Amino acid sequence: MTVASPTDFEPQGLQPQGWLKYFSFSLDHKVIGLQYLVTGFIFYFIGGALAGVIRTELASPISDFVSRETYNEVLTLHGTVMIFLWIVPVVNGAFGNYLIPFYVGARDMAFPRLNAVAFWLIPPAGILLIASYFVAGGAAQSGWTAYPPLSLSTPAIGQVIWILSVLLLGGSSIFGGINFIATILKLRRPGLKLMQLPMYCWAMLGTSILVVLSTPVLAGTLILLSFDIIAHTGFFNPALGGNVVVYQHLFWFYSHPAVYIMVLPAFGLVSEILPIHARKPLFGYTTMVYSILAIVVLGLIVWAHHMFTSGTPPWMRLFFTIATSFIAVPTGIKFFNWLATLWGGKLALNSAMLFSCGFIINFVFGGITGVALAQVPFDIHVHDTYFVVAHFHYIVYGGTVFVIFASVYHWYPKFTGRMLNEDLGRLHFLLTFIGFNLCFTPQHWLGLNGMPRRVAEYDPSFTTLNQVSSVGALLMAISTLPFLINVIWSAYAGEIAGDNPWNALTPEWLTASPPPVENWLGEAPLVTHPYDYGIPEGKIDLRVASGADLWFGGKR
Amino acid sequence: MAIPSTLITLLLGMVLVLVGLWVGQNVQLLPLDASSNAPVYDSLFQVLFSIGTILFLGIVGLVLFSLVRFRRRPGDLADGVAIEGNLPLEIVWTAIPAIVVLFVGIYSYDIYERMGGMVSLNDHSAMHHSAVVMQASDSSGPTSPGSDTASSEPRVWAGIGSSGNTEGTLPVEVTAMQFAFIFHYPDGDITSGELHVPINQPVELRMKANDVIHAFWVPQFRLKQDVIPGQPTVLSFTATRAGNYPIICAELCGPYHGGMRSTVVVHEQEAFNQWFEKNAPAKPIPATVANVSLNPTA
Repeated sequence: MTVASPTDFEPQGLQPQGWLKYFSFSLDHKVIGLQYLVTGFIFYFIGGALAGVIRTELASPISDFVSRETYNEVLTLHGTVMIFLWIVPVVNGAFGNYLIPFYVGARDMAFPRLNAVAFWLIPPAGILLIASYFVAGGAAQSGWTAYPPLSLSTPAIGQVIWILSVLLLGGSSIFGGINFIATILKLRRPGLKLMQLPMYCWAMLGTSILVVLSTPVLAGTLILLSFDIIAHTGFFNPALGGNVVVYQHLFWFYSHPAVYIMVLPAFGLVSEILPIHARKPLFGYTTMVYSILAIVVLGLIVWAHHMFTSGTPPWMRLFFTIATSFIAVPTGIKFFNWLATLWGGKLALNSAMLFSCGFIINFVFGGITGVALAQVPFDIHVHDTYFVVAHFHYIVYGGTVFVIFASVYHWYPKFTGRMLNEDLGRLHFLLTFIGFNLCFTPQHWLGLNGMPRRVAEYDPSFTTLNQVSSVGALLMAISTLPFLINVIWSAYAGEIAGDNPWNALTPEWLTASPPPVENWLGEAPLVTHPYDYGIPEGKIDLRVASGADLWFGGKR
Repeated sequence: MAIPSTLITLLLGMVLVLVGLWVGQNVQLLPLDASSNAPVYDSLFQVLFSIGTILFLGIVGLVLFSLVRFRRRPGDLADGVAIEGNLPLEIVWTAIPAIVVLFVGIYSYDIYERMGGMVSLNDHSAMHHSAVVMQASDSSGPTSPGSDTASSEPRVWAGIGSSGNTEGTLPVEVTAMQFAFIFHYPDGDITSGELHVPINQPVELRMKANDVIHAFWVPQFRLKQDVIPGQPTVLSFTATRAGNYPIICAELCGPYHGGMRSTVVVHEQEAFNQWFEKNAPAKPIPATVANVSLNPTA
């Protein structure tokens, strides 16, 4: 195979170089990955500010901070921004684009131009969504679920803009999914077998299959909904003979897999981070792969558990209870495997490891409440209450967002060539972990005792716990400060990282930091054992052995 | 001689299970129970809470133990042990959640059946229809409003049905709209903004929505059912504790969603009859109603 020398690629005609390339239609997967990451963080702060509005409003039991209409706009935007503009683009687009070509030993994604298009759909969609707040009637007010008939009767312009924006973001997601599938299956370096891929590749393959199968359903549904709004058709309008429950089925056919679109990549990222910082192989690679595939299959047939109090017949309630409960099995396998990866390792207690362990604890908690919620009788009481709000924040924030932070601490040296400050990182972890749990743990009790979700006013007897929750939210907001200071300051003054500061084996570390265009100067390395850490039992590591170790055969 | 680690593990496991059971029995997170299915629900909650506590504490314990015990000491550059997997161990921890989940699923199915959730597994619309007709003939009210609704009764789409025996059931028609619930008692033609029900008598709510989706939720009854425009739903319960409990709309229905609340007043039988007679229009109907409510019921 002939490899063009890197100098052949340097002057790319009209493509800007230097920092300007991050604002360009760049085809480099690493640039696109960072574009996703930074854009995602901007929307994270916007969505966080919206959450701040919600928690400020809920600090008192009466509706006194914003108007009721504004409150509903805020909660709709908060959900939409956090899901479609922060978590999905970051765990899929950002880390997927940055890492997948390295992991398969490719120089770029399979379709670089499609990749750039997929990214550049996001800023306009996001701006459109935020801007809808300022149009007549304001932004959409019907929650991120946009259930008709409410979404048909709230101000139309905001709702239509919401649909447009979600369609653009869904399109971006589908383009990305196709690209990942093609890259993982067709662009592998010759000699690299599927079962030798790092776990994140499997996670992204599973996720992308879910994206490609389910997102078009959401797109079709939202187009029908927009017809109902604009052209007064009656697909979902009961006054015209439509069926509102059909919308819910179609919506959740995407939106439950969307949960796995948000957490499966996080599972993959954790599987990359833990072995490196525990200095041990990933435990049970094969079962990890099969459990991802099982989650993909089961994830497609559990959607109606969002509709147990809705118009679902009993047999359906029963079927979806069982299917949903069984997702706990492959998910449980993954968690036990991570625990076994930690067991007997040499754990570096750095920010990446702490955030990963925080993820395990939070996600297990959210998973336990999830299995409870899957039980119809249990769900009937707490459906659409703060219990559910607490549950899914444990999954998507305590789970995925913790992993995003872990991943930033882990891969920042590769992105920039400089290390992040570990003390600030641990402070960030501490504040986030305490703030998060303070914010969301009380909400379980609130939900069990009678506080529905999406309300601007509530029973005054719930005031104290809501204020505790708001303090937690404030702490979470404060916790982003050390993080922001850290990433900005370290980009200029951080300790130089070198190519492989963690002494890792996966291919992205086997090149310069930051990596050159086309990833490697020479041929791509063939990494057939990405988790080949650790010393076989009964052997002694010569790098660290003392004379006594050798004399006593390592048994002290 | 050191204590064998297997023994320590066994003891820790036993302590963990005991703590979980104790927590499930003694930590009360739920509101007052005021319906016949609330205690049933609470026993499911206890089981889930115990299992959840055991699993959560166990896993948190493992993580914290690993973080402390296996932390990298300064200057230690060695790797951990190269264990890539252990198939028997993995089979064990696949089996554990599978069995737990299976057990929980079967148990919650049983609970759901006891709550009346599986009643309509057979064609509920037919059953409901015949029930209404039966009731109309049973209560022998020639003017019973049940009979004319029965003929036009549309399909009931979902909900928790009353368990077979519909005699003595108090039917109430619920209309949800932005932003209120209206309760109408077909026997007696009473319309009220609050739901008044007698203690220990089955009540069947026949619910419809006028505009958007709402949800009828009484936390103390542990029951919730969406009220869906175009699709009538049903919710049956038997109140077991006199008192006032909130009715809460649990489905985002517009700006005043948070204010869409009402009250369910559970009366002693006597007090309910008084309320009923006081509010019923002056027609011969109260006599019929008195007959109905004097029936020896549950």
